[in-house]
Amino acid sequence: MNGASTYSGLVDNAFWFILGSSLIMLVGITLTLIYFLVKYRRSKNPNPAQIEDNRKLELLWTVLPTILVMVMFYYGWAGFKVMRDTPDDAMEIIVNARMWSWSFQYPDGSQSAELYVPTGQPISLKLRSADVIHSFFVPEFRLKEDCMPGRENHAWFETTRDGTFDIFCAEYCGDLHSQMLSKVVSLPPAEFDRWLVDNASNISPEFLLQVKGCNACHSVDGRKGIGPTYKGLFGKTETVVTDGEVRQVVVDEAYIRHSILEPQADIVQGFDPVMPPMKDQISPEEIDILIEYIKLLK
Amino acid sequence: MTESPAGSWGRTGSYLDGPSSRTGLMGWLTTTDHKRIALMYLAAMGVFFLVGMTIGLLIRLELMQPGEQFYGAKTYNTFFTLHGVIMIFLFIVPGIPAVFGNFILPLQLGAEDVAFPKLNLLSWYVYMAGAAIALTSLYAGDSPPDTGWTFYAPYSINSGGSVSWAVLGAFVLGFSSILTGMNFIVTIHRLRAKGMGFFRMPLFCWGLYATSWIQVIATPVVGITLVLVVMERLLGIGLFDPSLGGDPILYQHLFWIYSHPVVYVMILPAMGVISDILPPFCGRTIFGYRAIAISSMAIAVVGYGVWGHHMFTVGMSDTARWVFSLLTFLVAIPTGVKIFNWTATLYRASIELRVPLLYALGFIFLFSIGGLTGLVNGALSTDIHVHDTAFIVGHFHYTMFGGAGIGLFAALHFWFPKMFGRMYNEKIATWAWGLIMVGFNTLYFPMLVLGIMGMPRRYHDYLPQFQVPHFISTVGSWILATGIILMIVNLIRSARKGRKAPNNPWGATTLEWTTTSPPPLLNFATLPEVKTGPYDFSGRKPGQSHEEGAS
Repeated sequence: MNGASTYSGLVDNAFWFILGSSLIMLVGITLTLIYFLVKYRRSKNPNPAQIEDNRKLELLWTVLPTILVMVMFYYGWAGFKVMRDTPDDAMEIIVNARMWSWSFQYPDGSQSAELYVPTGQPISLKLRSADVIHSFFVPEFRLKEDCMPGRENHAWFETTRDGTFDIFCAEYCGDLHSQMLSKVVSLPPAEFDRWLVDNASNISPEFLLQVKGCNACHSVDGRKGIGPTYKGLFGKTETVVTDGEVRQVVVDEAYIRHSILEPQADIVQGFDPVMPPMKDQISPEEIDILIEYIKLLK
Repeated sequence: MTESPAGSWGRTGSYLDGPSSRTGLMGWLTTTDHKRIALMYLAAMGVFFLVGMTIGLLIRLELMQPGEQFYGAKTYNTFFTLHGVIMIFLFIVPGIPAVFGNFILPLQLGAEDVAFPKLNLLSWYVYMAGAAIALTSLYAGDSPPDTGWTFYAPYSINSGGSVSWAVLGAFVLGFSSILTGMNFIVTIHRLRAKGMGFFRMPLFCWGLYATSWIQVIATPVVGITLVLVVMERLLGIGLFDPSLGGDPILYQHLFWIYSHPVVYVMILPAMGVISDILPPFCGRTIFGYRAIAISSMAIAVVGYGVWGHHMFTVGMSDTARWVFSLLTFLVAIPTGVKIFNWTATLYRASIELRVPLLYALGFIFLFSIGGLTGLVNGALSTDIHVHDTAFIVGHFHYTMFGGAGIGLFAALHFWFPKMFGRMYNEKIATWAWGLIMVGFNTLYFPMLVLGIMGMPRRYHDYLPQFQVPHFISTVGSWILATGIILMIVNLIRSARKGRKAPNNPWGATTLEWTTTSPPPLLNFATLPEVKTGPYDFSGRKPGQSHEEGAS
């Protein structure tokens, strides 16, 4: 798998060095064992030598491996150091992780569900999580850093070629952990600038559902997901659990607004309380767009 | 059943026989004999192992193809959690110490029992209680735990699964571990035979000694941590959950301060087993006795300072990351020393390739892969890439299963004649070994490849590019399971019907082989005295037993 970030080559060097010397050692040990097994089998060599120790050998196989692993340490550290030093001219993008989707926020405040970047431009990532621990992993960049609730981690990368690269969530985060995927799309800078303008003007409800991560759990076609479907939701009478008490509510604008901002307050019966509060991640205008959209889903 | 003559009762006959008060169920459940307690551990652990293995097979079955094959993500998450909890806390941590430490340690030291026989029985009951509590989590609450065996906060705090029961079970199991560790430390210090200095102990005893200190010192940390998780779940005290002002990284530190050293609890006794198996089948003393003994202690000590390598991506300070990386590499050195000394033990030996030696060599090969892939995890930039991927799953199965698990199988085939007084069918045992080795590598090697390709762990579903290695891995799981079942069937049959074992079938030199097979209740007719090191073959032909050497 070819690297696609400026530092992936450094990481690959460390891989080659460590895996290469490991392979040499493994083959060496295995062949020595087999050679001894054959040469010193009891039928051939009935009188063993009672050799108890050899100080020079002990010293040799303590000192040589020590030097070897120190070189490995150095290689590992050298690549890591580059990975941690974000260039000053990097463009800052906020990564929002939540069960079970990603969204990316650009300097102009616009958002997307896939990470678009200009090729050859350093990107500084501010990694956040709304609920549990997630981990932002792009194998082709050799990049991984956790998204921790309650704090902001940082990472950076710069792509070396145009293309589309997989994003995985690498820290186990519950039912749809393996569906928490996205992509990095690296475009030529001019194309990226066009994309950014187009994306910023997109306020369609379908786009919002994707960017805010709603459609990871809520379907619009009646299919049962992790959360209730939006189809036929408005005006419906739902049985919810509020503070341990079961009650009936009619779904209206206030209920939907409340359920987006404080999803743990009323849990629809038969569903788990897993939705993160969206307070800091959605604007009142965006909520209005979603409510109008849900009203139409008969 | 033979009634032993008055006066010498307990010094002749077999520990398995005795008056009817000893052979019935109550005779077993109230025994303080270290050998019987060892067999009780073996029986319980055997059952748990088979449960864990079955769940492992089901996991591989689901991962054979992308998409949902047989069951959904919720079930999958429960399965890998149970597989981990059962295999780690119920099988591999008690593992070799509980079974072979109990059975062999007093025999190797020339003692009649461990220092605190009643405490030893209590440890077994605490173990069973912990196991019962952990398994309660399957039925209590709305759904089984789904956090993974690591119980990471805040997921474990908010999960709807019955995490509290599983965590509480692990907490209780910790006490069993601490009590056994204390018992062994005192036994080693106080009950060595006359003339047996520390550097005349067999290397298995050294492995147990290093392990016991880790158990006593590290287990309380995870005990407290797990109690804090329960309190956080029930009372919302806010230590780990950021929505209550807690810090999830604090949980990981506390968890790994125990859980990294504990991998040495699992591996050090296995290394001791290998060091004890090599000499008799090589007909010569071990190479570098002192280096192997001291490296066990070095691993135990340095192993305390490396836990941070589980956390290279959590957002710790970059300084902490490189310090932990450096320390991690240091722990590789004493491990390498052992492997080189074992290899050198074969030099100019007189080698008889029998089943215990096959397992010992299998251990060296598999554990070398485990150790060498560990270097990838020790180096910072490469670990960032493989962290939380299938590479880690492959790596720790090579170390824990290929190391501690295969070490346990080796111990089982080495000490079986002593424990049951019978030999097993060596032909079937060799076939089983072959299947296990082939199955093992077919199962776990593709995981290393998958991880480097970028396949995250704990994934119920995966992208199409990962399909081929996943499929091969699943096929490997069937081969491995076949080998294990063949091995178990062979051993169970032989324990009842195998031909009678001589006292010292392998021509070994350590004290457990000087008594009868199986040993009497009090282990020795007369307590032995030690005049030489543990692997002294002078005056003996390779393969010859003590009696033959003396005559």
